[in-house]
Amino acid sequence: MEDWKSNSRAFWTLATPATLWLLAFFLIPLAYLLALSFSSKALVNGEVSINDYDYFTGVANYIRAINPDIISIFLRTLWWSALATLACLLIGYPIAFSICFMPERWRPLALLLIVLPFWINLLIRTYALKTVMGARGVVNSALGLVGIGPVEMIGTTGAVIFGLVYVFLPFMILPLYSTIERLDKSYLEASLDLGASQFQTFWKVTLPLTMPGIITGVILVFIPCLGMFLISDELGGTTSWMIGNVIQAQFGASNDWPFGSALSFALMLLTIIVLVMQWYYQNRSKGAH
Amino acid sequence: MKTILSTPTMNRRRLLRGSGALFAGLTLLPYKAMSEEEKKLSFYNYDTYIGENTLADFTAATGIEVKMDLFADGDELFTKLKAGNPGYDVIIPTNDKVERMAKANMIIPLDHGKIPNIANIDPAFMNPSFDPGRKFSLPYMWGTVGIGYRKSKVPDASSWKVMLDDPTYAGRIAMLGDQEHNIGAALKYLGYGYNSTNIEELNKAKALLIAAKKGIKKYADDNGQDLLAQGEVDLTMEYNGDIAQIMAEDEDISYSVPKEGSNVWEDTIAIAAGAPHPENAHAFINFVFDKDNGKHIAETIQFATPNKAAREIMDEAYKGNPAIFPPAEILAKCEYAAYLGEEALKVRDEIWTAVQAA
Repeated sequence: MEDWKSNSRAFWTLATPATLWLLAFFLIPLAYLLALSFSSKALVNGEVSINDYDYFTGVANYIRAINPDIISIFLRTLWWSALATLACLLIGYPIAFSICFMPERWRPLALLLIVLPFWINLLIRTYALKTVMGARGVVNSALGLVGIGPVEMIGTTGAVIFGLVYVFLPFMILPLYSTIERLDKSYLEASLDLGASQFQTFWKVTLPLTMPGIITGVILVFIPCLGMFLISDELGGTTSWMIGNVIQAQFGASNDWPFGSALSFALMLLTIIVLVMQWYYQNRSKGAH
Repeated sequence: MKTILSTPTMNRRRLLRGSGALFAGLTLLPYKAMSEEEKKLSFYNYDTYIGENTLADFTAATGIEVKMDLFADGDELFTKLKAGNPGYDVIIPTNDKVERMAKANMIIPLDHGKIPNIANIDPAFMNPSFDPGRKFSLPYMWGTVGIGYRKSKVPDASSWKVMLDDPTYAGRIAMLGDQEHNIGAALKYLGYGYNSTNIEELNKAKALLIAAKKGIKKYADDNGQDLLAQGEVDLTMEYNGDIAQIMAEDEDISYSVPKEGSNVWEDTIAIAAGAPHPENAHAFINFVFDKDNGKHIAETIQFATPNKAAREIMDEAYKGNPAIFPPAEILAKCEYAAYLGEEALKVRDEIWTAVQAA
């Protein structure tokens, strides 16, 4: 590849549309929300306005976010996201491994099957899940045949976490697959030949070598889980709000965009911290080699 | 349901909205205003809230094609229009939203001269506190929020107690999914006003709602009638017409307005600011208030119509249905939701977040 400096006209021709696109539809709105998060609703004729804002009035929205109710919902969100991510990893790792060890001609089909659900809208898939898990759904009908149930599944915490795993599992499998596929199998043979047990080989060779895929998968699952509101809304019971639901309420029913913006940026800050930790970890592990 | 089609991530939606707000001023230049209006109308309405054939009848009568989009609750309507009208003409805001949207210049004054069928409307509806002189809105339907229940399972549903303060039906209860109706019901049960802004009263309501949570199965966004019909719950807080619709199919279902009182509401018909087809919108509103069209709408959706001429030609099953027209002494205890101002709404939203967090 040529250096961009040696052919700057071509570079700018190619880069300008994307840059303008990002600027217009990503950075400007984001900057607007950031400004809004430090703003408050304006006072017009002594009445708090519905649509107008006083900009840059302070950090009141962020202080308001430090409140036991918000924190408790936030911790719930972290906990559920962590559980869902762990479940995705435990389920996704063996699946990714087995795809890698399939005959080569079957692999594209297997990967297609993993990606297939993305062709259907998330909301529709969630509705489908609701039907399957409902009191008169397929699962309970099957359980009924063997004399169990009906088991209450919709409206529970388990249903929300199951929904998260169901939706985000492909995001775990795909990076794991691409890492495991590139794994040099001769390391595994060497380890086994030199007397390590299967478990030791997995623990000391396979797992560290596939760690980049694990980290990517964990990030790709954990971060979208943090912002999710639709699944908790549809599958959860009365104690199902995640931080995404709080934010959604601010932009919807509560009509409090400044507070909603502040919550979003607090969430984004947390996400950035996670990413920086990952970057730090990867740099450190590179340095160790 | 309240949420949203498409997109798994929250962020992108917010960004689109933000950018919508920023760029709304650049779009929709009124080039169409120069010629006669095209034969189109965009109508934003609740689901199952118009006569089965009304839109087709209107097109047949005027040649104007109607595109109807659906919202799940007034908050969604408000939010969608707040960032700039995406092209809707006729909308159905509830009484408190009329007040809020008129204050925020989100709806435009009606030209009563273009709506001769106003004469069909019951004069009792023509000068409400939320829209004096009916400058911005006309009454589309009115009704109550109460308890839909399964008679064989719940012998007595005459009080909010069965939903909020009685372990008998724990796990068999659905509530509406918004703060106004939950807090309002709790306030009424405790003997306070539906629109109270007294913090002590509100805190008692909050404690009651949190304690009631363990008995509640679902905060349903206006689909409690489905849960009731499917047998998932035996009690649901719902709009009267939604229950009346399923009462027609299931004899075991009934509706009551609790004796402590509840919420009486009025859905109105109004024209959104920036409507691309205001002439067609007036024609449509006039069409809705026609005697026969009004009758057809009320027959389909089973809510109480303020269209007096239409009501007079309805059958007794409708006119005498207590789920549609509750007894006067109970109605006297019901209150309209007032627009309380942004600060008071913030207090209620924090209470609602606390209920969700608990």
